[in-house]
Amino acid sequence: MMENNFLFDSEGLSEEALKRKHKLENDPSCRTDHMKYMNDQEQIKSDILEKVMTEFDSYDYSTYTALDVSRALQKNTIGVEEFKALLSPAAEPFLEQMAEKARIETRKHFGNTVYLFTPLYIANYCENYCVYCGFNCYNHIRRMKLSMEQIEHEMKVIADSGMEEILILTGESKTMSDVKYIGEACKLARKYFRMVGVEIYPVNVEDYKYLHECGVDYVTVFQETYDNVKYETLHLAGHKRVWPYRFEAQERALMGGMRGIAGSALLGLSDFRKDALATGLHMYFLQRKYPHAEISLSCPRLRPIVNNDKINHMDVGERQLCQVLCAYRLFLPFAGITVSSRETKSFRDGIVKIAATKISAGVSTGIGDHESKYTGKENAEEGDEQFEIADTRSFETMYKDMSEEGLQPVLNDYLYV
Amino acid sequence: MENNDKLVIGGREFNSRFILGSGKYSLSLIKAAVENAGAELITLAVRRANTKEHENILDHIPEGVTLLPNTSGARNAEEAVRIARLAKELGCGDFVKIEIMRDTKYLLPDNAETIKATEILAKEGFIVMPYMYPDLNTARDLVNAGAASVMPLASPIGSNKGLATRDFIQILIDEIDLPIIVDAGIGRPSQACEAMEMGAAAVMSNTALATAGDLPMMADAFRKAVEAGRQAYLSGLGRVLVRGASPSDTLTGFLRD
Repeated sequence: MMENNFLFDSEGLSEEALKRKHKLENDPSCRTDHMKYMNDQEQIKSDILEKVMTEFDSYDYSTYTALDVSRALQKNTIGVEEFKALLSPAAEPFLEQMAEKARIETRKHFGNTVYLFTPLYIANYCENYCVYCGFNCYNHIRRMKLSMEQIEHEMKVIADSGMEEILILTGESKTMSDVKYIGEACKLARKYFRMVGVEIYPVNVEDYKYLHECGVDYVTVFQETYDNVKYETLHLAGHKRVWPYRFEAQERALMGGMRGIAGSALLGLSDFRKDALATGLHMYFLQRKYPHAEISLSCPRLRPIVNNDKINHMDVGERQLCQVLCAYRLFLPFAGITVSSRETKSFRDGIVKIAATKISAGVSTGIGDHESKYTGKENAEEGDEQFEIADTRSFETMYKDMSEEGLQPVLNDYLYV
Repeated sequence: MENNDKLVIGGREFNSRFILGSGKYSLSLIKAAVENAGAELITLAVRRANTKEHENILDHIPEGVTLLPNTSGARNAEEAVRIARLAKELGCGDFVKIEIMRDTKYLLPDNAETIKATEILAKEGFIVMPYMYPDLNTARDLVNAGAASVMPLASPIGSNKGLATRDFIQILIDEIDLPIIVDAGIGRPSQACEAMEMGAAAVMSNTALATAGDLPMMADAFRKAVEAGRQAYLSGLGRVLVRGASPSDTLTGFLRD
């Protein structure tokens, strides 16, 4: 498999920092054990990880044939075996049939609705060295953490655009953006938005409980890759390095009282077919264990970042991404599927007619720049972006475009109870 | 035919026996759907109405139609009660359709919690229409709890699979004195017609219309099917012969007095 060239030295790092960075990159023995929980990381009793990884380890997609795929497509219920067939290379020639079947399922469960939301990054400090991420601690970027006043200002600007659902994000720094800070931001968000979700570093059950009390009901955590050996080589330092603690984040969120969870691998980091299998199964087993939980999937692909424009999604082309999304839809017909602004307008316009149910609009992955992006008003203080987006449509344009595609944009379908 | 055949729910009279869902299609089509379906009752999710001024679903429902707010999103009786009260605050009237699900995959209703919520809300003066899995004991409990109708599912929501629970719905129709309204899973007009022939008081549908090629035309088709089924029920269905023939020599012909 081809590899991305992730490693680069950004300007402005001290000699000492560079030395540490290079040691982490070149000497695996100096890295911590990525399978061992840190002292402050809660360990819950769960069999989901083992169930997912048993399937992940034994999945050999090259063994599936066209016959397996056509059999799967004829079934009313897509089980684990059928899901595996649909994710295999043998299913690629069946993409149109998969899309047709996926569209029927999506319409049955969601009608012609499409949900709109926007992310709001409130800080980009990070304590981790994840080699593919723009926020990583060895990337010399403009760092920023918004004050409550600045957050409120950003929220007003976004709410004025008409948006009613917001996803609050931070870089993964527990010291710069602690749970209390995030909780306060979420309380503010409840004032301006009907629905509040978070995409932050994984926390313990108690912290999820606290965030739920602050008005949050949805938690998104990306596992990045389910291949823990590969994971170890990409997440070289920081609390994010602990792979099983991240895996169990959604379950802890549900234990903390959250209504819904979302997850995904970041496609392009490792073998995308195996990662897609694990993503689907992770959500599948969570729903089986917590049947009341609202499940949703994303499908992010790697994007270029500040200081490294060479990072790309490797062998996950749009056809492959579409295949993965159709397989998700057929395996989990009831699940929400979000397609991010990492993808282009044409891809997003097409995929909402087949499998996706939610898209972001008016997106910025930078810090404190909504006013300048929405109104053109200059703002001296802004933090750099996590990754480059591909679809820059505003809320208004997106609303109009979706309506013209024959879909009904839904701004909110949720109540905090 | 003079229409003195009214559907009565909680003391309110309706001429139409087709209840329309609203949540799965374009807001701009709601008016045409209501008109073509001849619907007088339309359901809407309270959570969908929990929105700011931009495209509020409430603004798209024609005047004169009775709102039937539902409690979708409730995972237990307590949440359903809170959502119902909010519906009243939002000005949705005093009807409420109780939907309590703690399974996001099949969206099957939780009968036990539904009974609890029905009891609380009926006491508060709501006209309670509980969505339920067709079980006779539950239906009886719902009657005792103060329900105004009972709404058994035909098959899972959105499945368009028709009357999978046919025999159990028939038991409710035969044994329960309240209107039995078949809800969920009705995928085509012929299935709605069949439910009405069985003696259902009304039929509710959403996905079947939302996924149709021409929604207003399908609404019209449902109206006709529901009316046809109702008329067939009222007229008394003709007999269905067993084994295709009526024996001329009856088994009891030997009896002499």
